[in-house]
Amino acid sequence: MISPRYFREIPQRYRLEANRCKKCRMIYFPPRQYCGGCKSKEFETIKLSDTGKLLTFTVIRIAPSNFSKETPYAVGVVELNDGVKLTTQITDTDPDKLEIGQKIKLVFRKIQDEGKSGLHCYGYKAIVI
Amino acid sequence: MREVAVIGAGMTKFGELWSKSIKDIFVEAAIKAIENAGVDHIDSMYVGSMSGGLFVGQEHLGAVMADYLGVNPIPATRVESACASGGVSFRQAYFEVASGQSDIVLAGGVEKMTDGADVTDILATAADQEYEVYQGITFPGLYAMIANAHMHQYKTTREQLAAVAVKNHRNGSKNPNAQFRSEISADTVLNSTLVADPLRLLDCSPVSDGGAAVVLCAMDIAKKFTDSPIRIKASVQASDTIALHSRRSLTTLDAVVRAAEKAYIQSNLKPSDIDFAEVHDCFTIAEIVVSEDLGFFEKGCGGVSVQEGLTSLESGRIPINTSGGLKSKGHPVGATGIAQIIELYEQLQGRAGSRQVKNAHIGMAQNMGGSGASCVIHILEAI
Repeated sequence: MISPRYFREIPQRYRLEANRCKKCRMIYFPPRQYCGGCKSKEFETIKLSDTGKLLTFTVIRIAPSNFSKETPYAVGVVELNDGVKLTTQITDTDPDKLEIGQKIKLVFRKIQDEGKSGLHCYGYKAIVI
Repeated sequence: MREVAVIGAGMTKFGELWSKSIKDIFVEAAIKAIENAGVDHIDSMYVGSMSGGLFVGQEHLGAVMADYLGVNPIPATRVESACASGGVSFRQAYFEVASGQSDIVLAGGVEKMTDGADVTDILATAADQEYEVYQGITFPGLYAMIANAHMHQYKTTREQLAAVAVKNHRNGSKNPNAQFRSEISADTVLNSTLVADPLRLLDCSPVSDGGAAVVLCAMDIAKKFTDSPIRIKASVQASDTIALHSRRSLTTLDAVVRAAEKAYIQSNLKPSDIDFAEVHDCFTIAEIVVSEDLGFFEKGCGGVSVQEGLTSLESGRIPINTSGGLKSKGHPVGATGIAQIIELYEQLQGRAGSRQVKNAHIGMAQNMGGSGASCVIHILEAI
């Protein structure tokens, strides 16, 4: 991954920064420039809740090339307490023991080594709590 | 807008076409379609392709294919909407004829997926790179998460997923252009390799090469070329959030629901008027969800319906994927939407051979991109 691309996503990946429409209070993650709901362009930066619940999940057995040495690993869709949903790996848990509805917490982890130089890329993963 | 007809169709066999290039494949399908239509020229052409650039390092596919088809200097445009590229290519051709801008237009689609590129990585570009793929998700993984949510919410079973694959292979065994012409048992599906739980290898459409093309023309001149033109009754498209996680629901594809609602209004038809349908079964769960979201079955009943044979060719209330679907016919992504139209065209002309639907008068094609962020629906009618 080229570094400018990685660099500009750090606020979301490291700090869970989202933005909230000042008019209708809709939260966008990742941040948007235009609120599709109320047509406003006025936003404020907020930090997302780091806890929520597991809405669905899978266990990846055949992975993209960057993750081919990590299989099997669990990926799920989680809903955070402020209503925002995101896709994340679920780590530190036996994938066979996962259940829809489990409470989770997002933690800061290395996600992948990317590109020929093996750039370490970080971000959020979920753990079951 | 004037009425538009489909007057010709042609496709390559789908499969691992090692000896043919992307150009060979497209041109073969296009020539067959033009000859089948009996036209002496085309005014314009569209090429649906998801990712010529990543699969074979070739972009600018409109110009490439016009050159190799020998039709310069007509306008030639490549259309991209991930796995819905073919359906959207057809829709652009429809608009061009309907608007009066052109009389005879070729709508094609092509993909060359077996030339060595990493197919899992390339297909994943149809999802949100930064917020889905970055985390290690794959396309089977996205549909597996839909499957898991559907099984949790509606008690859909693993056996019901397998029933989709079994049915589509049975249909595909009757299709000479299908990649897999072998019937499979539920046990074979249920014991195939896990790809992304709960989806197994035989829940997934294959990696395929293939091309497909149809010729559209203004209805008022269609009888010059064929005694049985097929009318385009509805052409509708809708979009949804690129990321699965941002959707209102994980078990309903809103782009499909919205496009279907508009298609029924545009055609003045209702779900029970549709005699048969080609739907986007990139994974077995997709056919179940889509059969609900198109209004053929109550929400949550798609799995039971396929298991009870309601979508089978032999005794079905609404036969689905008589061609074998993406699962058995193959899924060269850019060609898929056009190949669905070709199945409708052949069925509506009564030329589908051993997989002919009895009294086929109205057919629907539903083609989608990504995990459902794009959906394009066409309704065709025999006249």
